[in-house]
Amino acid sequence: MSIFVNKDSKVIVQGITGGEASKHTALMLAAGTNIVGGVNARKAGTTVTHGDITLPVFGSVVEAIETTGADVSIAFVPPAFAKDAAIEAIDAEIPLLVIITEGIPVGDSAEVWAYAQEKGNKTRIIGPNCPGIITPGEALVGITPASIAGTGPIGLVSKSGTLTYQMMYELREIGFSTAIGIGGDPIIGTTHIDALAAFEADPDTKAIVMIGEIGGDAEERAADYIKAHVTKPVVGYVAGFTAPEGKTMGHAGAIVSGSAGTAQAKKEALEAAGVKVGKTPSEAANLMREIIAGL
Amino acid sequence: MDLYEYQARDLFEKYGVPVLAGIIADTPEDVRAAAEKIGGVVVVKAQVKVGGRGKAGGVKVAKTPDEAFEAAQAILGLDIKGHEVKRVMVAQGAQIAREFYFSVLLDRANRSYLSLASVEGGMEIEQLAVEKPEALARIEVNPRTGIDAAKAREIAIAGGFTGDLVDKVADVFVKLYEVYAGEDATLVEVNPLVLTEAGDIVALDGKVSIDENAEFRHPEHAALADSATTDPLELKAKESDLNYVKLDGEVGIIGNGAGLVMSTLDVVAYAGENFGGVKPANFLDIGGGASAEVMANGLDVILGDSQVKSVFVNVFGGITACDAVANGIVKALEILGDTASKPLVVRLDGNKVDEGRAILAAANHPLITIAGSMDEGAAKAAELASK
Repeated sequence: MSIFVNKDSKVIVQGITGGEASKHTALMLAAGTNIVGGVNARKAGTTVTHGDITLPVFGSVVEAIETTGADVSIAFVPPAFAKDAAIEAIDAEIPLLVIITEGIPVGDSAEVWAYAQEKGNKTRIIGPNCPGIITPGEALVGITPASIAGTGPIGLVSKSGTLTYQMMYELREIGFSTAIGIGGDPIIGTTHIDALAAFEADPDTKAIVMIGEIGGDAEERAADYIKAHVTKPVVGYVAGFTAPEGKTMGHAGAIVSGSAGTAQAKKEALEAAGVKVGKTPSEAANLMREIIAGL
Repeated sequence: MDLYEYQARDLFEKYGVPVLAGIIADTPEDVRAAAEKIGGVVVVKAQVKVGGRGKAGGVKVAKTPDEAFEAAQAILGLDIKGHEVKRVMVAQGAQIAREFYFSVLLDRANRSYLSLASVEGGMEIEQLAVEKPEALARIEVNPRTGIDAAKAREIAIAGGFTGDLVDKVADVFVKLYEVYAGEDATLVEVNPLVLTEAGDIVALDGKVSIDENAEFRHPEHAALADSATTDPLELKAKESDLNYVKLDGEVGIIGNGAGLVMSTLDVVAYAGENFGGVKPANFLDIGGGASAEVMANGLDVILGDSQVKSVFVNVFGGITACDAVANGIVKALEILGDTASKPLVVRLDGNKVDEGRAILAAANHPLITIAGSMDEGAAKAAELASK
């Protein structure tokens, strides 16, 4: 078991003919992902080939779904086109849309989210500006290196891509049910809370690592959720204790404004909810090892 | 990116939001000329991106051009909460009858937009929210439909406006939303929005923040960037398209991915506690492609910081291969030659880590120390910086 994606997921790639998309399509295939095609309106009817796998390119998401039965889409499109690509996927009612693209104007993300609500919230969105999702050994829908860690009992949810990799690496001897990078933008689709709820419901996930960073109050709200709804042990890590106020740290969402969004406030909120919080990634990993050893 | 008041005023004018005449100036002489041009009573206002300028003496009313000259002499060069006043706006004086509040902003928590409005203005919004929360309307704005005439009336009525004021301010709310949407803003705030003695609505002071991700459809926004007050190292980094933030410490940091770099800053700061309290000197995210050129540019910026005593390169090879990073470091040191004079601690893990470490080992560069883990590297870099 796993959350959101597994070996049965049928994946299409929006923008499959682009450079990054092409590179990652090959890596996703190598990780065992069942990719069934791609979308590029201008190259409809052509194919792309990776090794001995040839994939059809469709003119639209709707056409790709009708032909292949795809239930997951991953979008690798430039920021200027990301809104249209997302709206197309939502219109096609694809159950899961992963948006990797970094640098999308936040107003576009706000419009996409409003549109998804208007359409009855039939499409789960992960991202944007995220590394995507991996269920080791089954499906990689994103850019996380599949070789870092194998399958195991830990569920991981993180705002940050490279911290996801770091934490998977720290805990590689234990392994993961699913690791999901939700993205560092101010507006994202799937939240910490959504992932926590799914991990709580997943019988193969025994413990959860939650990685946050400065900015916003998503971690604080996740802490409230954990207190009320999560029975599985949760280990937390928050990056940015030494980040100064008013400086954006790489992610558009990662900024401390006044007293809001500090790492310390997030740590305290998580600890108050019974989450063990590590000061560093390695300390958080040790806390998780202790928990797994005690299960 | 936060804009200055005068930049916000100019954007308001572009969208037909009623504003008063305002001229930007950076010398007392120019301020006098601006006051003559505008005529009558003017207000000389410090242009700083921080609140509380009025209390700090950054806003003065002048009845004549000579008074404006004197006001400018007093205000230019003032230090307002660490911000030096380099420019002032000379604004036409207003006969204020009443003061209101309006804003529209990104609402992260609800993944939507939010409009705040109150017929009771004239104080800071934080103060208003605490002292008269019932007077401050909070109305969600759908990002797909925005603020049209009907929505604007809804906001105005919720904010306590009555009578013919409702239509008057609603008209301005619609235009302010056009600024928000049209300029890809994340905040448009008018405080105060005033009713003049003559019965006109005027945006007297404005704050606008714009989304830098939207620059591809607003090339003109590049000109709004505030190069005059930005750190020279940050400017140099920007020229090379590096994501760099200058901090106040001794250990230079280079890493890949915003989260990992933020985490590296923390780990170095903790390690520094054991070595005389040394701290990270910067945030620098080289992103996915750690080519020799990117690495050289990054090192060049960091080594240009005279406070830096050691550098910690912390890379987790995800898609980026460690051998490419190692080659980048070695070539960067060649490119920089004698400029590179500080010890470098390098931690590589992940994709092609063995090849990467082998390349560094083979280079046998006297400045490079290889670390086996993030914690070990941070401790080593902190130790080297404390010597």
